[in-house]
Amino acid sequence: MEEGVVNEILQGPLRDVFDSKQLITDISGSGNNWAVGHKVFGSLYQEQILEKLRKSAEHCDCLQCFFIIHSMGGGTGSGLGTFLLKMLKDEFPDVYRFVTSVYPSGEDDVITSPYNSILAMKELNEHADCVLPIDNQSLFDIISKIDLMVNSGKLGTTIKPKSLVTSSAGAVKKRHQKPFDAMNNIVANLLLNLTSSARFEGSLNMDLNEISMNLVPFPQLHYLVSSLTPLYTLADVNIPTRRLDQMFSDAFSKDHQLIRADPKHSLYLACALMVRGNVQVSDLRRNIERLKPSLQFVSWNQEGWKTSLCSVPPVGHSHSLLALANNTCVKPTFMELRERFMRLYKKKAHLHHYLQIEGMEESCFMEALSSLSGLIEEYNQLDATKSMPVEDFPRLSVAM
Amino acid sequence: MVSIRASVKNKVLETTGHMECDFTQKKLFILSHGCLCFWSSYSVHGPRHEESIMNLIQKEVEKCDSLSGFFIIMSMAGGTGSGLGAFVTQKLQDQYSNSLKMNHIIWPYGTGEVIVQNYNSILTLSHLYRSSDALLVHENDAVHKICAKLMNIKQISFSDINQVLAHQLGSVFQPTYSVEGSCHYRRNPLGDLMENLVPHPEFKMLGIRNIPQMSENSLAYSTFTWAGLLKYLRQMLISNSKMEEGIDWHVRPPLSRLPTLGKASLNRELQFNTSIANLVILRGKDVHSADLGGFKDPALYTSWLKPINAFNVWKTQRAFSKYEKSAALVSNSQFLLKPLDTIVGKAWNMFASKAYIHQYTKFGLEEEDFLDSFTLLEQVVASYCNL
Repeated sequence: MEEGVVNEILQGPLRDVFDSKQLITDISGSGNNWAVGHKVFGSLYQEQILEKLRKSAEHCDCLQCFFIIHSMGGGTGSGLGTFLLKMLKDEFPDVYRFVTSVYPSGEDDVITSPYNSILAMKELNEHADCVLPIDNQSLFDIISKIDLMVNSGKLGTTIKPKSLVTSSAGAVKKRHQKPFDAMNNIVANLLLNLTSSARFEGSLNMDLNEISMNLVPFPQLHYLVSSLTPLYTLADVNIPTRRLDQMFSDAFSKDHQLIRADPKHSLYLACALMVRGNVQVSDLRRNIERLKPSLQFVSWNQEGWKTSLCSVPPVGHSHSLLALANNTCVKPTFMELRERFMRLYKKKAHLHHYLQIEGMEESCFMEALSSLSGLIEEYNQLDATKSMPVEDFPRLSVAM
Repeated sequence: MVSIRASVKNKVLETTGHMECDFTQKKLFILSHGCLCFWSSYSVHGPRHEESIMNLIQKEVEKCDSLSGFFIIMSMAGGTGSGLGAFVTQKLQDQYSNSLKMNHIIWPYGTGEVIVQNYNSILTLSHLYRSSDALLVHENDAVHKICAKLMNIKQISFSDINQVLAHQLGSVFQPTYSVEGSCHYRRNPLGDLMENLVPHPEFKMLGIRNIPQMSENSLAYSTFTWAGLLKYLRQMLISNSKMEEGIDWHVRPPLSRLPTLGKASLNRELQFNTSIANLVILRGKDVHSADLGGFKDPALYTSWLKPINAFNVWKTQRAFSKYEKSAALVSNSQFLLKPLDTIVGKAWNMFASKAYIHQYTKFGLEEEDFLDSFTLLEQVVASYCNL
């Protein structure tokens, strides 16, 4: 909504990526208020947005899915973003909706972020097909790790002249001044790897809708924890790619997840491995066999793996792996969010900013809270089965 | 050929362009996007494109002087192959009811291909059991082992797996003489195969075993005799081994004096693979000297079919591929009992937990349909178990 933000992008190196007919702006932003983004801007710009969407959709031979990339903590991304989500569900019910949501970290600067996030979560619960939660802290940790690797000169290589940040001189320095660029690059790579199988050829293709099909066993539980390896591809540095098997091991370590979570010590509902590059099916199988014993899968999905092989690797590297896990390790993030919400809500702090918007009532907050609590409870029930012995259900018996 | 995406079509045209086969643009039917699950392709995409697909088939059928039947190659785990394959088979049943249909099914890896593969598999198998005449099954796990152990391939790709599959199919469907000593080739191998091997509609599952199978390097150092090849092949059959390495030689046919009821349970204990019918195909030098007595032992077969009806042999002097002597065995036996039972069990556990059901019900499938499929397959499992 903020003109300033859009103008900056239009003057930057990516200006040609965006179609100018596709941009909608207003003068000011949403003031970190979900209600402004959702109710005010939503109703104001509904027609315009729909118009532009329809025009683009008409150009498609076969529209598979929509990607929504937004943050949860602010007003526009969170409010208008989720308004858009609902609109897509109503207008294009058969088209899948993938949402990449940036969750607020513990120390974020927006005081009302818990309110915004919880209100947005309700919409994500109800209208999204798949959500890939990301948090800034994890991204920042990853960037710091890469910097450490580069600066310590451990691997003794140089940074490529054209690194992800625009200027060639003082690239590392510039990165610290513009850390969001580096962090955004990680998310961009996530999306590239996600769609690579649909864009390029490979021996085991996977369409985007297959992700939802295979990784979402129950409609509400559609939150997928993602991890990318190798990490340093994201910094665009000229480091030789490590051994293939190491890449698979890294994907399950908590340092490589794009959200603060530890999937290895929680329960897996399903897991997808999307490999790019010169990797064969036997490598894939060997690594799955090797890693399986250390991972806990839910009893009815002990072999819950979905795999895809795309033969085209990412630029400058021989192979890469994106792992998407439907895992109960997202629960702590949601619980923390709920706690932060309760701290504010108990005191009714900042509530008036929301309630003064037409259409907003206290019941909206209660509903959103109950939606989140319901979700957490579902994860709890699954976690409870972790320690139970695996029993087969009695089969149908047939008279001979 | 029905495919889901242009990139697959382009790859096929590119690969077959320099071959002498007849894959042209006109024979390919392309769906613009993938099918998610069995039911989305069976109930939604299939009917939507029924006319185009059946028209393509009709054009090919009209070109034939004499139509033996249809051979449908498909996988079971994914969405397109499973659902569209079953759909097309059903339509062929409706439109060409007098023609035989054999479905070549790829049985997925036990782990890690598609998460809902067990659901897709049980839906596919139950539908095919109703509309197809025979199911020729190739298990990915078995073929993968052949590539690893016999062909010594270190990094196995799908191309390697497909080569083994093509080899095995070729060893069955290449021409053979119609009668012992004649010089006329068999006119209808598909029909003869089904006549020999599928005496009862309840038992439709066929498997292939081949001997020898090895890499070029090993071949140079090997010599073969019919006696040796057939001895191994027989033991592969009765011990349910999928290849000539790692055979369990302790498994023996039971004594035929036992009453039928006792025999079935004893066989289970001994892990003996009972056959309904077998077909051995011999290709190569001195094929007339091969002694097939071992396959005519009544102990190998179920009690309601005598070896004279249950066992057949096809021969040709012409060697196959690079092997001076080679033998293939197509058998209707208990070989798939355990994998089938496993898949049904896993699918049942998932179904009882209600996992992924919403992904199918949104395309119109109901829980009743799932239950029907489970019932049919439990019946098949029980039937094979009690041979």
